Amino acid sequence: MRIKKGHRLKLLLVAVALILGACSGNDDSVGMAGSLMVGGVNGDELAEAQVMRRGNGAEPQSLDPHRAEGVPSGNIQRDLFEGLTIEAPNGDVIPGVAESWRISEDGRIYVFQLRANARWSNGGPVTAHDFVYSFRRSLDPETLSRYTFILAPILNAEAVASGTMPPAELGVRALDDHRLEITLRSVTPYFLGVLNHSASYPVHRGSVEAHGNRWTRPGNLVSNGAYLLVERFPESHIKIVRNPYYWDNDSTVIDEVWYYPTEDSASELRRYRAGELELTSTVPSKQIGWAQENLPDQLVIAPYLGTYYYGINLTKPPFADSPALRRALTLAIDREIITEEIAGAGQIPAFGWVPPVINYTGQQMPEAAWTQAEREEEARRLYLEAGYSDEDPLRLEVLYNTLEDHRRIAVGIASMWKSILGVETSLLNQEWRVFLDTKRKKDEMNVYTETEVFRGGWIGDYNDAFTFSELMHSGSGLNDSGYINPDYDLLLELASKEGDLKKRAEYLQEAEIILLKDLPIIPLYFYVSTYMVKPWVKGLTTNIMNHHYSKNLQILSH
Amino acid sequence: MLNYFVRRILGIIPTLFVLMALAFFLIRLAPGGPFDSEKVLLPEIEANLRAAYHLDEPLYQQFARYLGNLLQGDFGPSFQYRDLTVTELIMTGFPISLRLGAGAMVFAVIFGVLAGSVAALWQNSRTDYFVMVISMTGISVPSFVMAPLLVLVFAVYLGWLPAGGLGGGSLRNMVLPVVALALPQIAYIARLTRGSLIEILRSNFIRTAKAQGLPMGKILLVHALKPALLPVVSYLGPATAAIITGSVVIEQIFGIPGLGRFFVQGALNRDYTLVMGIVVFYGVLIVVFNFLVDLAYAWLDPKVRYG
Amino acid sequence: MGIETKQDQVVVKSLWGDAWRTLRRNRAAMTGALLMAIILLAVTVGPWLSQYAYDFTDWPNTSIGPSLGTGHFFGTDTLGRDLFVRTLYGGRISLLVGVVASVVSLLIGISYGATAGYFGGRLDAIMMRFVDILYAMPFMFFVILLMVFFGRNILMIFLAIGAINWLDMARIVRGQTLSLKQREFVEAAQAQGVGALAILVRHIVPNLLGVVAIYITLTIPQVILVESFLSFLGLGVQEPMTSWGALVKEGSEEMETAPWMLLFPAFLLATTLFCFNFIGDGMRDALDPKDRQ
Repeated sequence: MRIKKGHRLKLLLVAVALILGACSGNDDSVGMAGSLMVGGVNGDELAEAQVMRRGNGAEPQSLDPHRAEGVPSGNIQRDLFEGLTIEAPNGDVIPGVAESWRISEDGRIYVFQLRANARWSNGGPVTAHDFVYSFRRSLDPETLSRYTFILAPILNAEAVASGTMPPAELGVRALDDHRLEITLRSVTPYFLGVLNHSASYPVHRGSVEAHGNRWTRPGNLVSNGAYLLVERFPESHIKIVRNPYYWDNDSTVIDEVWYYPTEDSASELRRYRAGELELTSTVPSKQIGWAQENLPDQLVIAPYLGTYYYGINLTKPPFADSPALRRALTLAIDREIITEEIAGAGQIPAFGWVPPVINYTGQQMPEAAWTQAEREEEARRLYLEAGYSDEDPLRLEVLYNTLEDHRRIAVGIASMWKSILGVETSLLNQEWRVFLDTKRKKDEMNVYTETEVFRGGWIGDYNDAFTFSELMHSGSGLNDSGYINPDYDLLLELASKEGDLKKRAEYLQEAEIILLKDLPIIPLYFYVSTYMVKPWVKGLTTNIMNHHYSKNLQILSH
Repeated sequence: MLNYFVRRILGIIPTLFVLMALAFFLIRLAPGGPFDSEKVLLPEIEANLRAAYHLDEPLYQQFARYLGNLLQGDFGPSFQYRDLTVTELIMTGFPISLRLGAGAMVFAVIFGVLAGSVAALWQNSRTDYFVMVISMTGISVPSFVMAPLLVLVFAVYLGWLPAGGLGGGSLRNMVLPVVALALPQIAYIARLTRGSLIEILRSNFIRTAKAQGLPMGKILLVHALKPALLPVVSYLGPATAAIITGSVVIEQIFGIPGLGRFFVQGALNRDYTLVMGIVVFYGVLIVVFNFLVDLAYAWLDPKVRYG
Repeated sequence: MGIETKQDQVVVKSLWGDAWRTLRRNRAAMTGALLMAIILLAVTVGPWLSQYAYDFTDWPNTSIGPSLGTGHFFGTDTLGRDLFVRTLYGGRISLLVGVVASVVSLLIGISYGATAGYFGGRLDAIMMRFVDILYAMPFMFFVILLMVFFGRNILMIFLAIGAINWLDMARIVRGQTLSLKQREFVEAAQAQGVGALAILVRHIVPNLLGVVAIYITLTIPQVILVESFLSFLGLGVQEPMTSWGALVKEGSEEMETAPWMLLFPAFLLATTLFCFNFIGDGMRDALDPKDRQ
């Protein structure tokens, strides 16, 4: 008995020693290196170890490009796979697997010339047949893709996606091993940009067919991008290394990229500060002030393709048939306070719906030119006109999904409405899936039953105004305001058939003006992307899509 | 004795059944389904998705299918981590949670018993108050404050330890999470030890031993500590539960890929199978652990017989 | 029956009298009780001392430190809301959650445990078997599920937390009831043909109050902590209402830039937990017959 006890004590002591030992044995790598010169004397000397560690927001749902969704998987997909086109560091669409292409007079037929030296990571050639297989697979309802809509411009794509036409009917065919022809439904100016979306990536037929659902695992996954997958540890990291067969491998500098899921952005920032990441996915809005003060040269803020807005339920009182009230609520919000005090990263106050995209001039409400005091006065006038007063105030509920910034913006707006108009706002915070469910609940008369005002944010799928205009079309599945205006719909249909870029933009601008008159939404601000990057990372250029291919980056000596 | 074993083990079956049924139906009652997203799905694809995961069957049939698969050790495919199965996720997450939890438990017991004994031996002295106030701080400061504080000090300012991640399983990466997870438990254990040790030290047999002139250290280690640890041992069950719960916060803050993190992600994303899998897995674990605690208790306290 | 009841009351009374004397000598517990009284007073009347409403956003003064000049005694949060008022309001919610959820668990626990213990036999075996089953549930996980699915309803928090804690109470009460059942006054009442319910209510439950009192003071701080844990996961009370847990969570994100956002609510939260724990320990020393010599 006693001996046993002694043993137990010893065991405990050993455990203590182990723990203490673990605490002290760490003299090798201290987080932040001293202030060494970055890039040597010339400023472009490369570091010996070309390893890039990126915070990536969340664990990707899938590494299958035709099943993936969301920004985190997009980042990894861009390194692993390559579509017919890719993006330059500044976001311009440039040749990818296709080295050149010809577009027919009417803008409906594209013929792509593929690179002869495009290779899969197992050494096999990437051919036009691979693309035919992949586009069909991407749209096949059996694949369970969520991004079939993005390929809708391709002839018969929608019919294939809904299962009414066999995949072989799709308007994509191989003219020979290295020439691919894609026929479109109608002219689509942004189509080349769609080709670098993951839904358009080629997948390796042999590996998909041999491994089924398990083809995305390290070892099974054959890809054609600059990198190949070597390790996946869910919720810990995804490690990719250089693909030696990549056609442009000689220009690639970074040897190894580690993607870390970082749901908690405050933790991500701490890990960055401790020297465990070179690049973060975001910066928590409350820490932006701190970063501007302490690490100004490492903080990057750039315009981003998105609009933050509040949706208004138009299908029931008090907002149905009450444009004055909607305008009053819109004008009473001080957007400068939201962008400067709450979101805090220099977001652009929005009085329009479409963020700054290419080939388009965004429209604004006429009140955008007024001072905030004038807007507030007008808001009060409209509020009274709508039949509300201090004695009989409007009571409404704002629905938002659980996230720190949404919470703070909702509290801020409720407070503005109260102090300017006297509106009594109650806030309802729901977790994302519940939020979606509540927002979309409607009765048999197509009336949205649960909402009054709800938070919304829309990030464009491609760099074109249409991805925003489309959202408010009466047939759009995302039009949760229940907005229906035939004039608006007509302009969108005219635009989608228009080959002339200028004319097309005019149609869309006219539509935006109608939207801003009707106000089924309250635009608040245009997004910016924010992230922290170490001074020794070279080659990072801001772009509106916030896409950063690892192959364009370099690590300088430091 | 054998009879006792058999009865305990048989008792586990209804427990697990209730557990599974509760989790299964609760999560299906929840508003919002696993395939909801901002982008609205085509009805055909939604139907295919539901069929692929057997969600188009009646509930009782789904439940029966689930139980059937479970008996074969198959927890099903994950809805959220679409490339992986729940079994794989549990197999990668559990060893990490176990290491974290066991580390925290060992750490908490050692320091808790130590602090409690010191406080008891010098009862009502300054040392006593000091130790107890420090350990009470451990209870009173929530771990989501303590953890970032530890990271800021030891990782960001001093650069001694990593701020997060697994670091390929390195011990250094475990230090801060283990400490943050153990702190509240140290406090509870210290209080329990102090209370029961004081009582024992006052008891007749210790007085007798003292009167016989036995050295205090020997009295403490040989005679007093074992009975004094009884309440600590019976606390180990609740402590395990607390550590499992606490790991949800700690794994989130430190970016550790354990079961707690999977669970929260699963619940938020309506990953039915993953949530079920973790609940069932932890249910089994708690049952087994309670059983072990009972055995330890019986060994420490001869009065307890297998009733 | 009258005679026995009187004796019974005498026993109870002197037990409480003794306990009170012991408790009064316990300095830690008395300090705790005093501090707790101050905190209770503060959260009740404190908000009236400030010119600000708990949901007022003072835009020119966001994230400013404590100052008497601006009237923001504890400073403001990132939306310019007065932290003094919010901390006190948050205290109301946290204490309310603590007390109500504990009482819920108490009511369930006492009725369940006393019934099982008093009737014993088959019923007891089944009821306790059920408790064993529930013990094996990773309960916190169920609470998370409930909160995620059914929203941030304060009633939900009470129920969810209360539902976890009653298990311990049921076990303790059952044990106590088993031993009380053997006591003369219960046997006497039974002999006189008093109904089971009457015996439970008149004789058993009053004698459980000591245990219950200790238990509740030790449960309240745990519940307050659970609430703060839910707040960390973003599952706490709805804005613009707040709780100490929610405030501490927000503050912990700003600990480098606006430490006052963390310090004031964290200090009050920690002090409250301290107080309850010291009072609870003191009551245990005072009421637990084992320790009284």
